[in-house]
Amino acid sequence: MVEQKVSVSNYIDKMFAKYAPAPFLSVVIEDCISKGKDYYNGGPRYNTNYIQCTGLGTVTDSLSALKKHIFEENNFSMETLLKAVSENFEGNEKLRQRIINRTPFFGNDDEYADKIASQVYNDLLAAIDGKPNTKGESFHLNMLSTTCHVYFGKVLGAMPNGRLSGKSISDGTSPSHGCDIHGPTNVIRSLGKLDQTKSGGTLLNLRFVPGLVKREKDIEKLGHLIRSYFTLGGHHIQFNIVDTDTLLAAQACPEDYKDLLVRMAGYSDYFNDMNADLQQEIIDRTENETF
Amino acid sequence: MYPLIFDIKRYAINDGPGIRITIFLKGCPLSCKWCHNPESQSPEKQKFYTASKCIGAQDCIEVCPNNALTLSKNGIVTNYELCKLCGKCADVCPTKAIEMVGELYSVQQLLEIIEREKVHIEQSGGGVTFSGGEPLMHSGFLLKMLRECGKRDLHRTVDTTGFADTKTLLEVAKQTDLFLYDLKLINSEKHKKWTGVNNQLILKNLKVLAESGANINIRIPLINNVNTDKDELTKMAQFISELPGEQAINLLPYHNIAKNKYNKLGAVYNEFDMTEPSEKEQNRAVKIFQSFGIEVEIGG
Repeated sequence: MVEQKVSVSNYIDKMFAKYAPAPFLSVVIEDCISKGKDYYNGGPRYNTNYIQCTGLGTVTDSLSALKKHIFEENNFSMETLLKAVSENFEGNEKLRQRIINRTPFFGNDDEYADKIASQVYNDLLAAIDGKPNTKGESFHLNMLSTTCHVYFGKVLGAMPNGRLSGKSISDGTSPSHGCDIHGPTNVIRSLGKLDQTKSGGTLLNLRFVPGLVKREKDIEKLGHLIRSYFTLGGHHIQFNIVDTDTLLAAQACPEDYKDLLVRMAGYSDYFNDMNADLQQEIIDRTENETF
Repeated sequence: MYPLIFDIKRYAINDGPGIRITIFLKGCPLSCKWCHNPESQSPEKQKFYTASKCIGAQDCIEVCPNNALTLSKNGIVTNYELCKLCGKCADVCPTKAIEMVGELYSVQQLLEIIEREKVHIEQSGGGVTFSGGEPLMHSGFLLKMLRECGKRDLHRTVDTTGFADTKTLLEVAKQTDLFLYDLKLINSEKHKKWTGVNNQLILKNLKVLAESGANINIRIPLINNVNTDKDELTKMAQFISELPGEQAINLLPYHNIAKNKYNKLGAVYNEFDMTEPSEKEQNRAVKIFQSFGIEVEIGG
């Protein structure tokens, strides 16, 4: 697959260089003028290409499910799982729930899953890194998915990690949606195990509700969390301070929001662990905060 | 005997300075009517059942060696006269609708879990907080943990009701960098009514602890119809103003957020006439403390 992607990318680059050069862009990119070469034809000082990948969490968790339930514990057969996956787990909710709730998933500082994640990441690197491009340089791995993970998910069937057909796959290098259930410090430790210097970019998305960063000292602590991530070799971290819409979606589909932390009174809790009344109360409060 | 741990919270940002890891020890001599963690009161293992997670798999009913479980239209019902809390139902539950609360950890295991948070702790000037329940109920274990954390240069916070043997408390104080000390009521009769115990020991211990020079953050739950009347708040402010040394004071406005957890335990949350103080009432409380020269922070 990588070979195909590399050859298509190279073909496109050659095509651009020949039929659709970018003279204006070349004027503002260093070295194009001194070399007398177009942006698409090796003019710039740096000519690296990147192949963007996403779904590290989804792939890791699926492999983890196979490893644990089929190869190690014989909880069910490969045939059973493949059939369930091909049928989008219909009539197999018990099996799906068992996988979701009894499998070590990426993002929990759990060696079992994190080792698989590192292997997936390193295998991707090995497959991509150094493949020659058309400009005398080479391809590198990049794990910024922008919004691709949503589209990829739309066209992808169910996965062995319990993810249903059509649902988004995990973004960038983030854990699967709702699978990091031990808080942000553990997510950061899991991500810190990847050698991020070897890729052209990674992304970790974390979701927080506004109540968690309400006071000055809460924001300071969030700052410390970010610094911890960089200390561990992290590259890029983003936060969603969620609004009411997200909370409503979390109510409609709690399984996708297992990691949604909310600030209650004097302590923080998972939105999913609270009953409908409490959730409604939080929703009301958040709305007040936005005014 | 080692205590059971009923929760370990990481990225705890309300239990002392910096980013902390909070270890919750199970068992408490108090039974406050507003308790947020009803599962913290009994030192024994307990069972949580979350009906909304139950998909009716019924594996639990099959596996139960004591036939203690039945399926009703409200989900799985446990007959606690038959249930031996073996936890087999929780083991087979595909959705974790049934979960056992209270796990044994060795000192070594806990230290390893704490060590994993080290980068966050060092970065933020955080540390470890021991909460409960009442951690002083398990003073032998607590002291062991505190000493080990001390050896590792970790900031140690103990969150206490103050209802403990005074000598033990002072011994713990030698190994503690900060106390989060709960103060609920000065009126002894009311204290007994709302928490199940007298407050003489709690008040005495707070004084003794303050005299010992310990670093104390006093935390006061603010609950209408319990302790927000002028008389009570004035007495509380007076008591605090007479303590030697300086203590940070936090007022924590009440919320009926615990209901859900009571349901999970199969218990009923009786709210009596407890209500949340309005912003106006909170400010009034702040003013009463200020009139004694005491600065307080709401929340935290």
